[in-house]
Amino acid sequence: MTALPERTERKLGLVIDLDTCVGCHACVISCKGWNTENYGAPLSDMDAYGADPVGTFLNRVHSYEIEPEGGGCAQTVHFPKSCLHCEDAPCVTVCPTGASYKRAEDGIVLVNEDACIGCGLCAWACPYGAREMDRAEGVMKKCTLCVDRIYNENLEEVDRVPACVRTCPAGARHFGDLGDPDSTVSQLVAERGGFDLMPEQGTKPVNKYLPPRPKDRLTGAAATAPALPTKRRDATGFLAWLDRTLEKI
Amino acid sequence: MHPAPSVILFTVLSGAGFGYLALLGLGAASTGWPAFWQFALAFAMAVGGLVSSVFHLGNPQRGLLAFTQWRTSWLSREGWASVATLLVMGLFAIAAIFFAAILPILGVIGAALSVATVFVTSMIYAQMKTVPRWNSPLTPTYFIACALTAGAILSAIWSLALILLVALGLLQVSCWMSGDGRFAQRGHDMNSATGLHGQIRMFESPHSGTNYLLQEFGFQVARRHAAKLRVICICLISVLPAIMLLFGAHPIAFGLAFALHLLGVFVSRWLFFAEARHVVQLYYGREAVAA
Repeated sequence: MTALPERTERKLGLVIDLDTCVGCHACVISCKGWNTENYGAPLSDMDAYGADPVGTFLNRVHSYEIEPEGGGCAQTVHFPKSCLHCEDAPCVTVCPTGASYKRAEDGIVLVNEDACIGCGLCAWACPYGAREMDRAEGVMKKCTLCVDRIYNENLEEVDRVPACVRTCPAGARHFGDLGDPDSTVSQLVAERGGFDLMPEQGTKPVNKYLPPRPKDRLTGAAATAPALPTKRRDATGFLAWLDRTLEKI
Repeated sequence: MHPAPSVILFTVLSGAGFGYLALLGLGAASTGWPAFWQFALAFAMAVGGLVSSVFHLGNPQRGLLAFTQWRTSWLSREGWASVATLLVMGLFAIAAIFFAAILPILGVIGAALSVATVFVTSMIYAQMKTVPRWNSPLTPTYFIACALTAGAILSAIWSLALILLVALGLLQVSCWMSGDGRFAQRGHDMNSATGLHGQIRMFESPHSGTNYLLQEFGFQVARRHAAKLRVICICLISVLPAIMLLFGAHPIAFGLAFALHLLGVFVSRWLFFAEARHVVQLYYGREAVAA
């Protein structure tokens, strides 16, 4: 049923640290790998080895360059983006078939691919570009929060987190219950001032982002010292001859 | 937004079809053979439009499931509304064609359902907060006005057609004028999208090629082309058909007026999609611009 649950028992989601992410795209690849081999239709690629490859991904890393207000050093911020498992998920209510749903027990937003007609309306309704239509299967694909890992007792306990979290070499991705104020992720959000993406859309995302820390600034004499004058040295000897000869040519 | 031909065909044709059905239900219907041709045209447009929308689907064989979620989904409601309208107006048509009987109560119900169907279709677009240009009460007004105008011309009701043509022209212009700035008015920009402060520009795209998001939402129409198309659109959708009707209430005038008007609705609907910007473009470094 595409009505949203009144409330969910837990709010499982991700906390992404924009200060730590190095933009290596390992989360993109591990996500593609896991979700191609496991839950639902594989994430297909079209023309994978041709001139215009295009494929389905559930996680994408954008990179931005930011000039801080009031001057200061410019920063490069790597910005991983996947489904935010919104509390007020607009993608769920627009679904005409009931294929899209939000789970009452943990808040994960999923697609029942057997019921998806591939109308694409849920992707239109999502402000974050979290849903992509699979061109081979004609069904909508989205982040499942690795629902087939996090409860999977066949896996080692350390592996019972989403593939992107497990693989991140920088420790920039955190998984947990954001509905529990005492959870590690909730505390991290409180401590670091985690924020929502596009709050004006009213989607109430569960996933939170941690802001990049401001870059260090030069202080004291180092900040005010004039740039070193570049000394011009005239060449002598052979180099001077070469210089003169090259001028003449 | 990508102006998909199947969706443009669907909204234009089924809109005109349901608009015509509404006026047929309200008294424009004849009986016998003339009624047959009237209803054949109306049903051909309404059903043809609905069929073309199916080509938009990835898995049309599961289409019947789309009737299940009418409590929350405008698309599901559209399925119900169009089937209900076609059934009621189908009965009305059978009575008019084969029994020479006009059933006014059934006709009024059918007309109300026809307008409701167009309204429900328009709400599929108007509900999208992610597309500020569409997210306005003007969107359903515009869809219903298009439908009724086409219906009035086809029904050859001279005065009503003329009034609706002028009204639709004015409405179309106000849709454009208020729609142009709505994206920025809603406060959507790269800062709100990313939650980052300062001057932001895209440093590196997440993918070197294209993807579904860019194909579906990355469509951008050149502003100077859009301006030209708007002029063409207004001429076709409103001005020229109105001038045509001023020559007199002749069947040829109505026929030409309808042809021009429908062409104008096609241009208008193409612009409706092509000019609409989805907020996801902000993540790809495309800032809010007026057009």
